[in-house]
Amino acid sequence: MIVNEQVAIDHGLKKDEYAKICELLKRTPNITELGIFSAMWNEHCSYKSSRLHLKKLPTKGKQVIQGPGENAGVVDIGEGYAVVFKVESHNHPSAIEPYQGAATGVGGILRDIFSMGARPVAVLNSLRFGPLSVNGTKVSAKSASASRTRYLFGNVVAGIAGYGNCIGVPTVGGEVCFDECYSGNPLVNAMGVGVLRHDQLQHGRAEGVGKSVIYVGAATGRDGIHGATFASEELNEDSDAKRPAVQVGDPFMGKLLIEACLEVYESGAIYSVQDMGAAGLTCSSTEMSDKGGVGMELNLNLVPQRAENMSAYEIMLSESQERMLFVANPGREEEVFEICKKWDVPAVTVGYVIEEQVLRLKHHGKSVAELPLNTVCGATPIYQREAKMPQEVIDRQKKSAITWDVPEDINNVFEQLIQTPELASKSWVYQQYDFMVRTSTSVRPGSDAGVVRVEGTDKALALSIDGNSRYVFLDPKTGGKIAVAEASRNVICSGGRPLAITDGLNFGNPEKPGIFWQLEQAVSGMAEACNFLKLPVTGGNVSLYNETEGEAIYPTPVVGAVGLIEKNEHTTTQFFQNSDDVLLLLGETKNELGGSAYQQMQLGEICGMPPELNLEKEQTLQQALLENIRCGNVMSAHDLSHGGLALALLTACTEKFGISVDLKSDLRPDIALFSESQSRILLSVSPEKVRQIEASMREKGVKCFRIGKVLSAEISATVSSGVTKNFEIAFNGAPLIQAELRNLRDLWKNAIERVMQR
Amino acid sequence: MKSSVITFPGSNCDRDMDVALKKFGFKNKMVWHDDVELPKSDLVVLPGGFSYGDYLRCGSMASKSKIMKSVINFANSGGMVMGICNGFQILVETGLVPGVLLRNKYLEFICKNVFVKINNKQNTYFKNIDNEVLEFHIAHNEGNYFCTKDQLKEIEDNEQIAINYCDKDGNTEEQFNPNGSIKNIAGIFNKEKNVLGMMPHPERMIDPSLSGEDGSLFFNNLINNLK
Repeated sequence: MIVNEQVAIDHGLKKDEYAKICELLKRTPNITELGIFSAMWNEHCSYKSSRLHLKKLPTKGKQVIQGPGENAGVVDIGEGYAVVFKVESHNHPSAIEPYQGAATGVGGILRDIFSMGARPVAVLNSLRFGPLSVNGTKVSAKSASASRTRYLFGNVVAGIAGYGNCIGVPTVGGEVCFDECYSGNPLVNAMGVGVLRHDQLQHGRAEGVGKSVIYVGAATGRDGIHGATFASEELNEDSDAKRPAVQVGDPFMGKLLIEACLEVYESGAIYSVQDMGAAGLTCSSTEMSDKGGVGMELNLNLVPQRAENMSAYEIMLSESQERMLFVANPGREEEVFEICKKWDVPAVTVGYVIEEQVLRLKHHGKSVAELPLNTVCGATPIYQREAKMPQEVIDRQKKSAITWDVPEDINNVFEQLIQTPELASKSWVYQQYDFMVRTSTSVRPGSDAGVVRVEGTDKALALSIDGNSRYVFLDPKTGGKIAVAEASRNVICSGGRPLAITDGLNFGNPEKPGIFWQLEQAVSGMAEACNFLKLPVTGGNVSLYNETEGEAIYPTPVVGAVGLIEKNEHTTTQFFQNSDDVLLLLGETKNELGGSAYQQMQLGEICGMPPELNLEKEQTLQQALLENIRCGNVMSAHDLSHGGLALALLTACTEKFGISVDLKSDLRPDIALFSESQSRILLSVSPEKVRQIEASMREKGVKCFRIGKVLSAEISATVSSGVTKNFEIAFNGAPLIQAELRNLRDLWKNAIERVMQR
Repeated sequence: MKSSVITFPGSNCDRDMDVALKKFGFKNKMVWHDDVELPKSDLVVLPGGFSYGDYLRCGSMASKSKIMKSVINFANSGGMVMGICNGFQILVETGLVPGVLLRNKYLEFICKNVFVKINNKQNTYFKNIDNEVLEFHIAHNEGNYFCTKDQLKEIEDNEQIAINYCDKDGNTEEQFNPNGSIKNIAGIFNKEKNVLGMMPHPERMIDPSLSGEDGSLFFNNLINNLK
């Protein structure tokens, strides 16, 4: 095939990028070489639009062992152990082929984790979809879209379950949100977490001329060719035709590959390792060589193949799953083969490390590519895109956030709100995930953070992934700050000290100034919060071009946080533990409904400004809480987020425990209940500890209000009608919500299941 | 007491079972599926997971692996063999216990705590347990136990039903059946009661701060009965 400008454009390259390639090579690339450039220079692999702004994020800290640049970040957790973690997106594949898209998202992030030498111990995920249903029964475009959304949602969840359960890594947490803006472009971000001893840490540098390059894992097929390029463009009506660009996962091979790799590492037979993820063999071979300051020569005929007559182009660009690339220590190749054979995992030498810094590919005895690494890896274009705050953002911010009167029946509003898929229990989702395999999960999905114990120590990891895109949409900078603060707060509420974060940045087309402005602002907000809270970012993922037919998603940065629980006894959940425990609300509730779940329900859209975030107050609050948790003063702690205080109260209740609350406030009752003001936490504490905690909070300047107590749901307060009410909220002394907990919990707990099974 | 846990390609609860058995005093050995000889054991466990990726049919390929010949001989000569989750699926594929395990009724993977009622205590597994009801954990996609009418009659006549899904008070109505199993069956014995297959995972219930302690009860009782 003759390569020209048009062919380059069809590969997703820009005209000037193609010109630059020709100039760098001082010749026209052949088709294989062009394919390699297109794979390495697309947005997904090169971060060409975001790189300049990602530099703002802090990446250092004394706990950081490995920051961005390797497959995943590595952070010290003491006693010779470290935690490895990263978030990765699989948005475009999941939009088209939801089961495989989501499954391979999990597989891909797990390979990133064990390619660092760690055994994977947990998976989390952050999902976004359009509305699951529409009001009314009329057949319309919207109801067709809701029906497709249910298909996408069901299959994404099944895909995560199918892969994660089979590979034997527990899915311990995550979040799911629903909004119109994700109808055509759902988001599937998966976070992987692993644990290693410091001496088990692996790296991906190919050093040592003459060392063998060993291909390990599943055979290469024609699946996923151009996956990374596809991930770097907008979705449109032709996207369905790109289904072959979606990879197919084999979790069984994934499981064997984990065990084989960990055993090979332990043997000391290999020098370095990288997984084959986006852009497959191309990315792993060039990056390993580039990092090591060497080159690689590969004979593509030796690459295991599962399809006949594959071309060099196809072999290099395939994104077949469950594959790794090793550089062996001299003379120890046979050990690698032996271990892999035990696990039934194919392993074969496909080339060796060379001194000249080029990627040299042979196929059928001919040279099919000869690319200096300083062109493919070193000369990646970097763009300073134009950023401009769109007028509609200004207009939206100026709108009043509250335009309706206090509803007459707040009980009813509350019941409606807790059934919106956004706020409803996600148990339908996480019951499909095996969250208990490895028997280390001490806090299951459904609390602020999932907690897994660290084997061989008395420590545990608190893991959370979070992000509220509505706030970011209204004001990207504040939204970015909140995303970091909330992820950190979730970890604190579980008794952990936040160590570091990983970020998944999901945005629209960066070539549009309004979108790029969102990215720039959100990242600078995140950077500000990270710097202030001393939370380094040790890796992450950028997914751009999340648009359908020109409509962008809300800017959606999600933050995965890892916290260290120093002693297992510090582990705290959001759930009430004893009746008669006192409820304390930490932090101030303000008239802040912009971007809230309540506003969305009332108006069908969001406007105004998102809640403010004062980082100083946030930090003080977090420190004060952690101190009290460590002293054993706190029975439960729950971050207030979507749905405000009312939802926090309900979701802290269990089958056994309800509440009796009296709020004292100058605000409107609905605002007091549903405002999403930041830096607030709901605590339950035993009566004898109340004064001590109040004093401790006063001393630190954290506002602390006694708002009520935990009720036993078995023996409960009764009202005159004789009906059992064990979920009572009064407002300045007057009854506001009086409900039967069992009824409320049923509405909340089964709302998603009801929608999905119709 | 000596135990052996078989690791098949794709087993993923083998480690958890090893931890549990050791915690309650077993000297446990991990045995590779490709081995021929079974070490001397008082108990052999086929663990949960996804042997061979659940490809073809859950448990089907594992049931044909080399070590299974020894396991089957061991069982047929009266040896104690327990299959949990995927291990239960492997047992039905070998024919050591009757019936089959179908996809769950709602075609979804289910991961949660469940209660089971002990149906027969005249055996080494459940003898001397005071409780009528135990809280265990399930995590499976194919746990919907099914057998023919004739088989069911035979199973019932021989008192082969080990445990049934129930509520915390031991009621075994259909609404407490998580996966559609006939008669809420969660686990069954072979005729001689030395082979037990069950979907719930007792090894996930050995730590009160993780999930509960009824698994501890089960393992403590089991090792005492074996002594």
